[in-house]
Amino acid sequence: MDTFTPDEPTAASLLPLPPATFHILLAAADQDRHGYAIIQEVAARTGGEMKLSAGTLYRSIQRMVELDLIEETAERPAPDLDDERRRYYRITPFGREVARAEAERLQALVRIARTCGLAPRTT
Amino acid sequence: MGIWHLLLHLLPATLREAHGAEMTAMLRRDLAAAHGTGRIGVAIAAVADLVGTAVVAHVEATALDLRDVWRSARRAPGFAASVVVVTALGVGAATAAFSIADHVLVRPLPFAAPDALVKLWQDQTARGYSRMELSPGNFEDWRAQSSSFDAMSAYAASSVNAMTPGGPVRLDAAEVSATLFQTLGVHAATGRALVAADGAASSTPPVVLSDHVWRSIFAAAPGVTGTTITLNGTAHVVVGVMPPWFEFPTRDVDVWLPLRFAPEDLADRANVYLRVVARLRPGVTIAQARADLNVVAAGLARAFPEANDKTGATVVALRDEVTRQSRTMLLALVGASVAVLLIACANLASLFLARSVARQRELAVRLAMGARPRRLARQVLTESLALSAAGGVIGAALAIVAVPVAAALVPTTLPIAEVPSPDLRMLGLATLATLATGLGFGLVPAWRIGRTASSGDLRHGARVFGTRGTERLRGLFVVSEVAAAIVLLVTVGLFLKALWLVQEIDPGFDPRGVVTARTTLPLPKYEAVSARAQFYRQVLDEVRATAGVESAAYTSFLPMVMGGGIWPVLLPGTTVPEDARAASVRFVTPGYFATMRVPLVRGRDVEDTDRQDTQYVAVVSRSFAELYWPGQDPLGQHFSTALQERVVVGVVGDVRVRGLERESEPQVYLPAPQVPDGGLGFYIPKDLVVRASTSLSSIVPVVRAAVARADPEQPLSDVQVMTDIVERQMASRTTQVSVLVAFAGVALLLALVGIHSLLAYVVAARTQEIGVRMALGATRGQVLALVARRAALLAATGAGAGLVVAYAASRSVQALLAGISAADLATYATAVGAAGLITLLGSVLPAWRAMRVDPVAAMRTE
Repeated sequence: MDTFTPDEPTAASLLPLPPATFHILLAAADQDRHGYAIIQEVAARTGGEMKLSAGTLYRSIQRMVELDLIEETAERPAPDLDDERRRYYRITPFGREVARAEAERLQALVRIARTCGLAPRTT
Repeated sequence: MGIWHLLLHLLPATLREAHGAEMTAMLRRDLAAAHGTGRIGVAIAAVADLVGTAVVAHVEATALDLRDVWRSARRAPGFAASVVVVTALGVGAATAAFSIADHVLVRPLPFAAPDALVKLWQDQTARGYSRMELSPGNFEDWRAQSSSFDAMSAYAASSVNAMTPGGPVRLDAAEVSATLFQTLGVHAATGRALVAADGAASSTPPVVLSDHVWRSIFAAAPGVTGTTITLNGTAHVVVGVMPPWFEFPTRDVDVWLPLRFAPEDLADRANVYLRVVARLRPGVTIAQARADLNVVAAGLARAFPEANDKTGATVVALRDEVTRQSRTMLLALVGASVAVLLIACANLASLFLARSVARQRELAVRLAMGARPRRLARQVLTESLALSAAGGVIGAALAIVAVPVAAALVPTTLPIAEVPSPDLRMLGLATLATLATGLGFGLVPAWRIGRTASSGDLRHGARVFGTRGTERLRGLFVVSEVAAAIVLLVTVGLFLKALWLVQEIDPGFDPRGVVTARTTLPLPKYEAVSARAQFYRQVLDEVRATAGVESAAYTSFLPMVMGGGIWPVLLPGTTVPEDARAASVRFVTPGYFATMRVPLVRGRDVEDTDRQDTQYVAVVSRSFAELYWPGQDPLGQHFSTALQERVVVGVVGDVRVRGLERESEPQVYLPAPQVPDGGLGFYIPKDLVVRASTSLSSIVPVVRAAVARADPEQPLSDVQVMTDIVERQMASRTTQVSVLVAFAGVALLLALVGIHSLLAYVVAARTQEIGVRMALGATRGQVLALVARRAALLAATGAGAGLVVAYAASRSVQALLAGISAADLATYATAVGAAGLITLLGSVLPAWRAMRVDPVAAMRTE
């Protein structure tokens, strides 16, 4: 008889992250946020360059929950600030690990670009 | 917003249920923030985003499912391989059979408005022919006097000797009314087809080339129109080339020539050789057209009673020019393929059910971990569809390979290609068969998962598949497999017996060791009997002088190649009914009977001394002698046929002229020279037969050289061995039997797999029960009986149902059974025996396992 062994992904196996996933991780890194807040946060951090559509956002969120990168949190803000339809998401320790790994990957890339003279040196 | 809520259903259920409300709220917020036309932009962007997301999400989910399928296939390669192979067999069989049937029976002919095209025949049912060709005179009168047709054209097969840069070549020609191409509504690919004006005589008559002649003889030269080609010694101007798909009236036509009638052609109403195709006027039915022509025919019967007495008209749709035999054969093939497909589906459903049971724990764990029942059901369905798609691709490939093999089932009477080319329809059929299979075996398990899991039982340890229910369902599948296998076995058995019966039929001659070739002597060059006699003598002398050649001769037509050539027999005072007074007439040179080993029963062969200026003689077949002179000595009797009175000098055995399975007219053989110069051109001997004790292939160069020396401009064609001609008689039968044998083999194998896997499952599922029984004192014999009883019950139920269906199926193909009864007991007994054998084979291993059950170990697993 077959036995079922769900594959546990490692941080490395998920790299490189899709840009939307990375941005969502970054937006959820400092505080729990609901979907619309994530969109706004990402837009703000990128100076309006990255505007997540609702579809992209929720498709990403669903996959990220499945991969245990973020989780839905039961804690809600004060009721007057809350809308009951909203779901709030929090980054998981695994999500942090993955985000860190992605950041390191990008950093390494930038270093290589720099040695080729294709990226400005930091002072 | 209503539309928006509907569109949300495009999303996978999980995504919609989790985030649909938030997405709606977000849209509302964006709409509220926008003004005027900006709102339209927001709405459009939101819908586009939603649709795009839905597509991507479904693709991702499917990719995920496919990854799971791949993983699970790697974990259970035997299972995946069985599914793929079984699907491939089922889909391949169904696609091949349906493609051929579609090609022959369904697909419209490649002509303009093909439903209005009909074929016209003279109906002489009183004389035994419901489809008789027309004489030129009758054709012209039918065309002029009928009112039901927009167009009517005649055609006749002929052949011409063409002088090409590569030497003389014989080409198959169709002499056609100049209006034929308009009647069919077809156009030339290059240049033009014949037009009405081409019917008039001209110094350089026009010729239309077939695509393959244009390619092979003219090297596909673009400027071919306007060039001339010499046919039968006359220059013809090429006016056009037909497209490659145009195969009218038959597949072998190389060139089309205008059909022209001389006044004497029109006068001779007994000279029937024209086939007629016509286009019905809009709104006219076949029955109306037939009534119209019958009136015309009745007038002609009064005007020309000698040739037209008791002659009516037969009108059939051109599409229906398929013999009942071909039709039944194809339908039998389709039926068989459906049986194979059903068996495949039953088998797969059973396999999948067993597989789902084996995966109970996996499913339970996944449900416990939060997987949704709908998702699991979708996954099971994806698995079945993915594996069946793999099988479908292989099956389609199998069908493409198999279809040409079955080409002998495509009748030559239709103006269509010999083999259907693989096309979208065929691919569509394969896809349909695959989908049917995939859904057929995937839906049941998926539905059961959905139903059981949604009730919540599964989480609490209940089984998706109750052992008993599953057993019953699988038992049903096995019973239907056995039944379908029995139907196929019985049908195959009957067809096989019929084939053996036909193979046993004595053709009346010995085809072994005989090679034949054709030299169609062109007119007017060979109009004089003396010119022909000179040619025959030179060729035959040279061929006979070759080492290894036993004998050689010429005849008008080879038996089974040409069934016609029938001439009325005149015998004053005979009591033979008028309708039966006809004989199959052949002009032959001396030595024909010895070469073909047609036994000479009485008297003598035709001889060199039978010349144009000596008494006209005839050698007749035994049936001819018995018909006209029963109980008398036929030698010395006189009768008239082929324009002359003849005296019987010899009697030979009967030959199956019209084919192994058809009744033939009595035969009359006449000496080649005993015909007036320029008379009976159709009967001029052209087929050379050579009996040799050496290899037949070594004879061909000798014959070729002899013909070239006798007349360097004379082409040689149709070189073949006589055994091939006889075997071709059975080609469609042989093909069909081989296809059905293959189908039945597959069916048996699948039924065997079905029985085995079910019993193995039963034994595995009841290991504890068996253990308990053994602990309570049951002997191994009793355990064996438990399994055997189960197997026997399944087989007997399946066989019982199968026998009933088999009898009904056999009755419907009775016409193909060459006289074998549809209730042939031996065949049914053999089929039941075979089913019994596979049951036995299928139960050996499970029974062995059951007997080896260790009671202690079995109970400990509880």
